[in-house]
Amino acid sequence: MRTKVSFLDHGILWAGVIFLLMPLWIAFASSTHTAEYIANEGVQFWFGDNFINTYSGLLNGTSSIFLEKGDNNVTGTGAWIMLKNSLILGFGFAIGKIIFSMLAAYAIVYFRFPLANLFFWIIFASLLLPLEVRIIPSYEIVASMGLVNTYTGLILPLIASATATFFFRQFYLSVPEELIEAARLDNAGPVRFFLDILLPLSKTMIAAIFIIMFVVGWNQYLWPILMTTDSSFNTLLLGIKNIVNVIDEGKIPAYNRVFALSVLAVTPPVLIVIFFQRWFIKGLVETEK
Amino acid sequence: MKKQQFQHSALPYFLIAPQLLIILIFFVWPALQSVQLSLYLEDPWGLSSTFVGLDNYTDALSSDYYHQSALFTLIFSSAVTFFSLALALLLAVKADKVIHAQTSYKILLIWPYAVAPAVAGLIGIFLFDSHVGPLYHLLNQLWAFDHKLDPTDATLALILMSVWKQISINFVYFLAGLQSIPRAVKEAAAIDCQSSFKRFWSIDFPLLAPTTFFLLVINITYAFFETFGIIDTLTRGAPGGETTSLVYKVYRDGFIGADLGGSSAQSVILMVFVMALTVVQFRFIERKIHY
Repeated sequence: MRTKVSFLDHGILWAGVIFLLMPLWIAFASSTHTAEYIANEGVQFWFGDNFINTYSGLLNGTSSIFLEKGDNNVTGTGAWIMLKNSLILGFGFAIGKIIFSMLAAYAIVYFRFPLANLFFWIIFASLLLPLEVRIIPSYEIVASMGLVNTYTGLILPLIASATATFFFRQFYLSVPEELIEAARLDNAGPVRFFLDILLPLSKTMIAAIFIIMFVVGWNQYLWPILMTTDSSFNTLLLGIKNIVNVIDEGKIPAYNRVFALSVLAVTPPVLIVIFFQRWFIKGLVETEK
Repeated sequence: MKKQQFQHSALPYFLIAPQLLIILIFFVWPALQSVQLSLYLEDPWGLSSTFVGLDNYTDALSSDYYHQSALFTLIFSSAVTFFSLALALLLAVKADKVIHAQTSYKILLIWPYAVAPAVAGLIGIFLFDSHVGPLYHLLNQLWAFDHKLDPTDATLALILMSVWKQISINFVYFLAGLQSIPRAVKEAAAIDCQSSFKRFWSIDFPLLAPTTFFLLVINITYAFFETFGIIDTLTRGAPGGETTSLVYKVYRDGFIGADLGGSSAQSVILMVFVMALTVVQFRFIERKIHY
């Protein structure tokens, strides 16, 4: 039985929707105007006719992100390159994390071996401490290994956390015991069991974790700032950091292109979350609890 | 652990090795180094360091800046946690009532989850820009709002952008929690109690308590760590360092101030805090989940 839905209920929901949509709406609408127009008229709530101009200049790196000429240090790298690097980071992080965690969780749940408990606690200790608070020694270690300005140095240290391992462990624990007995009776070894039984069962789980991890990887902010000094490794989020740095020096930004960069930086993860919202919600609600 | 397990001599070690190695190199080692660094005083050029025991800790804990930063973190985190939970709960209760348009509302309300905090901060810069920003002009009409000069206004701007980004994930959990309340319970409640407001507080809300507690931990962690990107773009601790959160201070003191020992001591203090929080959460989760 449901209570009657009133106009007030819808009104509150719509107020919420508008509150959440407004900032990005303003960014998108403004990005389709010229920088001069926004500088004179303020941010815009409706579209202009400068869409193609703004985005093509930004993606190719031909137009400066600042109104004053002669400082191209931000858009010297076109947004295409940043987009590519963000994608590599997002996919590399999500895929790497899923593979490492699935294997480790499989070992922990399905095997009895010496030191298993010790390994378990070492791995799960990493849940305790975000990268932000151990960032200086992490940087020094990665730098001493010569991994600055490499994708390996960018991605591997971020994977060093057991969140996904924890999810997979919980999922495996909920898989019925009978399956492994049946596999044994069929003379299937551990590799066969993993590939033929456990992997197909984990599909939805993998999809859900992939979406969550892609968003986490794509949105990495602090670590890429430290790890990449070469602009060919810039991610979109790093582009945003650079803009903020230069605004802080008192330069006037080309508002339309800065908004366009924000739009580019949110579009892929937002689309993934919207299109796969079912899996995403399933992953969130079923794994984190 | 499973009762049925495979017996195999080498395979499990191969399976666990990649993850274990990564964690040893990129987690355990730097974490131990943090602890070690926190006991030393290093000169700004990194040429020499002297063992100073717990001096860095006492220095950090007794400094006025640390107190200011701790106070800001407390106020900021409480406000972000409270408002993002309260607004998300309100929206979830309303969305739970609506049957037909529920998926549309869900899609319209969950997407900010995917927005990076730094992007939220950058958009915030322009919304609060004294030249082009609509929010600046709106608030400036109401009182002399200026987040560049007034710490309260700066905190307010940070809270607004942080809450904006956090509502969606809380909404998802609350909605899932509400939908898992059995129909029979709702029907019985509807018969016994006419006022829907009273029904919510006496039936639904207590049943949501586990979700709320879990979200409390998640939100505190968010307000502590993930808002780094929002702070670093929107205010960078200004004006006068009064919007520097404890995590942001670790970064500033370590990287910009080159005070490795002090910064490490602060990160160890944070580590202890997060550990305590995680232990509470784990105990709670273990009690909740039945294998």
